[in-house]
Amino acid sequence: MSNVPVNNGRRRFLTAATAVVGGAGVVGVAVPFIGSWNPSARAKAAGAPVEVNVGKIEPGQLIRAEWRGKPVYVVRRTEETVNSLAKHDDQLRDPNSEKAQQPSYATNAYRSIKPEFLVALGVCTHLGCAPTHHGGDFDQFVEGVPNGFFCPCHGSKFDMAGRVFQGVPAPLNLVVPEHSFISEDTLLIGVGEGEA
Amino acid sequence: MLTNFMAWMDKRLPLTDAWNKHLAQYPAPKNFNFWYFFGSLAMLVLVNQIITGVWLTMSYEPSGDGAFASVEYIMRDVDYGWLLRYMHSTGASAFFVVVYLHMMRGLMYGSYQKPRELLWIFGMLIFLVLMAEAFMGYLLPWGNMSYWGAQVIISLFGAIPIIGDDLTLWIRGDYVISGATLNRFFALHVIAMPLVLVILVFLHILALHEVGSNNPEGIEVKKKKGSIKPEDQSKFTFHKQYTEKYDIVDAIPFHPYYSVKDIMGVAGFLIIFCWVMFFAPDGGGYFIEAPNFEPANNLKTPEHIVPVWYFGPFFTFVRIIPDKLFGAITMFSAIIVLFLVPWFDRGVVKSVKYRSKLHLFNLIQFSISFIVLGVLGTMPASPLANNIGIVAAFGYFGFFVALWFYSKNEKCKPVPERISH
Repeated sequence: MSNVPVNNGRRRFLTAATAVVGGAGVVGVAVPFIGSWNPSARAKAAGAPVEVNVGKIEPGQLIRAEWRGKPVYVVRRTEETVNSLAKHDDQLRDPNSEKAQQPSYATNAYRSIKPEFLVALGVCTHLGCAPTHHGGDFDQFVEGVPNGFFCPCHGSKFDMAGRVFQGVPAPLNLVVPEHSFISEDTLLIGVGEGEA
Repeated sequence: MLTNFMAWMDKRLPLTDAWNKHLAQYPAPKNFNFWYFFGSLAMLVLVNQIITGVWLTMSYEPSGDGAFASVEYIMRDVDYGWLLRYMHSTGASAFFVVVYLHMMRGLMYGSYQKPRELLWIFGMLIFLVLMAEAFMGYLLPWGNMSYWGAQVIISLFGAIPIIGDDLTLWIRGDYVISGATLNRFFALHVIAMPLVLVILVFLHILALHEVGSNNPEGIEVKKKKGSIKPEDQSKFTFHKQYTEKYDIVDAIPFHPYYSVKDIMGVAGFLIIFCWVMFFAPDGGGYFIEAPNFEPANNLKTPEHIVPVWYFGPFFTFVRIIPDKLFGAITMFSAIIVLFLVPWFDRGVVKSVKYRSKLHLFNLIQFSISFIVLGVLGTMPASPLANNIGIVAAFGYFGFFVALWFYSKNEKCKPVPERISH
């Protein structure tokens, strides 16, 4: 071996060049494998807006609609609930909805277009469970607040505007999806005010 | 005839040599106790999972529309389908029981210490892959707890800043967990993960046989070549790979001595396993959870969402911390610190038998903390449970921190040169 003429510089160059070309090949081949995990065209197309009739919801009642496979909570809040929203502001992480968890037209004290109707994704901002609506017995979780949402997974708490309480795992208020009213009683989820 | 056949084979494949090296002439310390059953039992359960798993795929339908119904079909219409499924579901829990005890054994006897660090790391990788494998398998019945359990775990990745949301979307392959998620989990559960698992187990055993087995005394049975008088060496014939480099003392060949002992362990294990499988296949709601008898419903989270028992401890870490990112970091750290035990422990004495009272106490408090975390993880969330969980979490992480501090100058009993009994 020792008397075999070896050009080490050339050998190193060829090794490095082979490794680089081979590495580029590996990266290229990885693209389709990783890309195939993205949502398919069919999954993307399934996200059409949904209409919900809100006329028959009793005050204090919650109905669930489904949009993009996610639960959307629609609650007709009683006047009392709406008026008491501001009372526990000091116990909330983001009482004024400063984080962009809602469209601009719902960035107000009620986080909604009409004060009586809350429209929010029933998806906990911690790890995505569906929080349970507690009408009347929420004060077992937060003293003095009779209505709210409690997430059964890790105990996160939200008020009737979907605002998160302090000291729970969820970092953010519940998401208010794009929505609009196409008539007095018909809610359209997935299309914002003035877009349709 | 058979001799000729073996001779023919041996010329072409080192069959006899491998048999001797790893079984008939492998020097195993003579003092293995009860805790040494769990390695071979883990292999037994792995084989059980693979075989029953292959049979289950023959009747299972990996699709959002068909999965739940096909599991019912297996349970009701396929001959012995119920038995195959319960062997598999009970096997999953048994796997974790056996692996947790196997890991506890390693901690007690210092089986992770030099020169067995890599062996320990392979073991931890097996544990990690096993958790991924179990998690993906749990989605497949497509029950409501399957669905929401997966939702929670996948969302953990959403805690990663900037890329989190895109990453969870990529993992799910949809805006919510859907048939697309189910299908990819099925592929990973039945092909990718088992392959990785088998390769890691192979490496684990190869690494074990390179460094040799530890034992309850933590005394090496391989001594420096030439340091032991011939009459003091083990009387058995061992493979030359071991005897060329070392003088072997206090060791016996794995086969037949430990193969026979392990069969006793298998018999005992199977009695318990079969009892659970036939009389309590849902493990009282801990192996198969009640909400999983309902099909997956993307609009309704089960009232008390709790993981299967073996994820309980890690789930509690997420729950007790009122911050999403920090909760996820804590959970992953709980696994990472285990990987690093060989470096947290700066001591040289291996077995708890010869180590300080402090170390014994630390091990006990660690075990209790782990069990408490596990119990809490399977209970509904409450403020009291959270407070207890925080204490237990300190116990868990405290084990490693304390170990690092006291192990440097630990007061240990003198370790004998030889295994005396």
